[in-house]
Amino acid sequence: MSSGSIASLMFALWPRAKTLSSPAYPRLRAIALRVAQSIPVVIGVVLISFLLTRALPGDPAAYFAGAAADEASIAEVRTALGLDKPLIQQFFIYVGDLLEGDLGRSLSSGQAVAQDLAKRLPASLELTLTALILSCAIAIPLGILAATRPGSWVDHLCRVVVTAGVSLPTFFTGIVLIYVFYYLLGIAPAPLGRLDFIYLDPDHVTGFYLIDAALMGDWETWSGAAKQLVMPAITLALFTLAPIARMTRASMLTALSSDFIRTARAAGLSNGKVLYGYAFRNALLPVVTTLGMVFSFALGANVLVEKVFAWPGIGSYAVEALVVSDYAAVQGFVLAMALLFVVLNLVIDLLYTAIDPRIGFSSK
Amino acid sequence: MTDHTTRRNFLKMGAAGASVLPFLRAMPAAAQGADTLVVVNGQTVNSLDLHRTGTNRASYQVSVNCYDRLVSFGTKDVPSGGLSYDYETIVPELAESWSTSDDGLTITFKIKPNATFWDGSKVTAEDVKWSFDRAVSVGGFPTVQMKAGGLERPDQFAALDAETFTVILDRPSKLALPDLAVPVPFIINSAVAKANATTDDPWAMEYLHTTPAGSGAYKVLRWTPGEQLVYERNDDWAGGPTPAIKRVVVREVPSPATRRALIERGDVQVSFDIPDKDAAELADKLTVYSTPVENCINCVCLNTNFEPFQDANVRKALAYAMPYEAIFEASAYKRGAPLWGGDAEITDTAWPRKTQYSTDLDMAREHMAKSGFPDGFDVPLSISTDLAWMEPAALLIQESLAKIGVKTQIDKIPGANWRTAALVEKRLDLHLDNFGGWLNTPDYYFFWAYQHGHLFNSSNYLNPEVEELVNATLHMPMDDPEYAPKIKRMFEIVLEDLPRIPLYQPALNVAVNGAEGYEFWFHRQLDVRPLAAG
Repeated sequence: MSSGSIASLMFALWPRAKTLSSPAYPRLRAIALRVAQSIPVVIGVVLISFLLTRALPGDPAAYFAGAAADEASIAEVRTALGLDKPLIQQFFIYVGDLLEGDLGRSLSSGQAVAQDLAKRLPASLELTLTALILSCAIAIPLGILAATRPGSWVDHLCRVVVTAGVSLPTFFTGIVLIYVFYYLLGIAPAPLGRLDFIYLDPDHVTGFYLIDAALMGDWETWSGAAKQLVMPAITLALFTLAPIARMTRASMLTALSSDFIRTARAAGLSNGKVLYGYAFRNALLPVVTTLGMVFSFALGANVLVEKVFAWPGIGSYAVEALVVSDYAAVQGFVLAMALLFVVLNLVIDLLYTAIDPRIGFSSK
Repeated sequence: MTDHTTRRNFLKMGAAGASVLPFLRAMPAAAQGADTLVVVNGQTVNSLDLHRTGTNRASYQVSVNCYDRLVSFGTKDVPSGGLSYDYETIVPELAESWSTSDDGLTITFKIKPNATFWDGSKVTAEDVKWSFDRAVSVGGFPTVQMKAGGLERPDQFAALDAETFTVILDRPSKLALPDLAVPVPFIINSAVAKANATTDDPWAMEYLHTTPAGSGAYKVLRWTPGEQLVYERNDDWAGGPTPAIKRVVVREVPSPATRRALIERGDVQVSFDIPDKDAAELADKLTVYSTPVENCINCVCLNTNFEPFQDANVRKALAYAMPYEAIFEASAYKRGAPLWGGDAEITDTAWPRKTQYSTDLDMAREHMAKSGFPDGFDVPLSISTDLAWMEPAALLIQESLAKIGVKTQIDKIPGANWRTAALVEKRLDLHLDNFGGWLNTPDYYFFWAYQHGHLFNSSNYLNPEVEELVNATLHMPMDDPEYAPKIKRMFEIVLEDLPRIPLYQPALNVAVNGAEGYEFWFHRQLDVRPLAAG
């Protein structure tokens, strides 16, 4: 995020969208078009996040002037923060900084917002992606088994697991896991964030500790980071099991009862071929859609998991910033999320075309 | 030393020290003991420079542990157990000695000749002058706090020679010297700071924000905002006895439940500022220090702009209707000190003090009947969502006030809005407050909380006699024969007028498992210097 200013993004993409009109690169052209389409969205997000943060009733100057501030010192702080200027002028200053790639400085963390995001977004993504991979590894086979044997014990197990997973709030699951595996049994490491204090952070390449430590070949740190990741990832995975498993089961049932499966079976294809070659592939589309949605709400549900496991992620950062009316941090967060979802939607659309060749990307 | 620190230069920094602790890999849990302490804290450190705009409370610990002041406070035993700073005793830190002129206007400090900054350069009077100039010039909180001790302008500070520094006051004040021992007037290596200053940033705010340059007992080895702060001992510290612990790791753990599990398991040695509930429950298992916070009162404020509260009988009725005992149990789990059921006659100048009020609903009804509002009235009861003690207290107050015909709706106000609504705009009719003064004198509390227009006077209280008494006593020495009578008179007036109804004195709770030497400070941050493994 640090250098990913909107300006460079826009200028990099506009000419490409025009020059890539040759039919030789239909997919590239379509991607460029999609990215170009997202520009108005991003502009809208910039405007709305600016206005909404200003509409918050709190007064950051009063808050950050400190415990014993008087009128004069609050006014001094207000001037220092540029909050005494008219709203329009503040907006243009903000947009001007944004075009230079400067997201401003967070008051609550004291750091440049871009730097905070670069540090915290990977922490959240690492946790969310690990949780989702774990969740898929359990939920998809469970959903398939439940669909192929409806009414059997696997189906009931699936129902119980997903109901339990979705009905237990994440902070509760997190605290229970800490209580049992750390406090009582002493198996899990101390829930002290991404790495125990005896390790040093791996050099920043991607910001994902597992990847960075692996790149350095520092397996000690890698296993330290992996250990810290286990409990929060399980907590989040339990929470995201339900929609994935249910959607897999439902779409598998639909696919299995459709005509082409009957035809395939009639043609004497093997059970595995029918199940995974035809039914599952067709059932995958709604699952991928759900996955996209689950990813976005898991990133939001992170907040509570982050608090419980002292995980320095983006959710707790945004909530704390919001509570103290830390404008720059809130705007930076909203913008980062908007860009993330533009990318996410693009990835999901690309996955669609990979899964189902009938879906033409360019027609969209 | 920020998170810019790369692995390579971090190891180099470590290797520069005489005895290098293996920070990575080879540090087995058992070997942490004597040399390293781990502290957990729910708050985040957002700057290493207290003078910066927006620096939060948790960051004041850097000023305490990494910088020195000219003077500091001594240590005393707390009756309830543990140690506390001692407001009555001023001890040297960077100053070797000091003297006050006969007219009380000039304080002359001699700086310790052996005092050096971390880079080896000598601490001079010029550094002190530059640091004090900075504190009074940057605006915001540091400037306000300096003003409390009568330190307002750079021309009040002078470096006579390398080791002699003078402060010239506009009027003699008993607050001047103690105000030099608070975390604000810390002494910065001015040569380093100036080298990193720019024309836009003459006070090197950007540089010192992430890179402290001091002479204190600990250096910041590593700071990862939102995660941890690692202190490493400065073996050449001249400000006091060399600390026992080589390295202190302060980890941020937002969830109180997680902090509790960590301290109970003994994976961390100090859990700082734990909730009252945890303190009450952990007290049997671990060492828990619950020190009543000096000069701090949790109270109910009655805004005089609200018509019924202009009626003295209504205010008294409310004071008699407060369910003190129940609040102390539900909100504070009996951590702290009760402030109700005392004698009406005031014989000493101790503050906070027990008021003459206690829960007596008959008395409350009697006063209501005598008031201009015998049938009661409706009023919102505002609380902050940030302060955990307020909600249980508000629910109990709501229940009790209903019995005397005062109907309240609880209005929860979030973080940033609270300060604006309660303290700046002062528009909340009935609300809770927990102001505490750093300088431990009653007049200082009154200055902030009972003088008209001052920030913590959220009741808009205005009493001409109190105004006059506070002005007269604020800078008066405490042994002046006029001091005690005036203070007693102030107590009498505000406990009769009741713009603020004191509930109890809150405590700062710290759980310790494998460490000793914890000392309470008025700034309510952890001073890691006296800690030892235990």
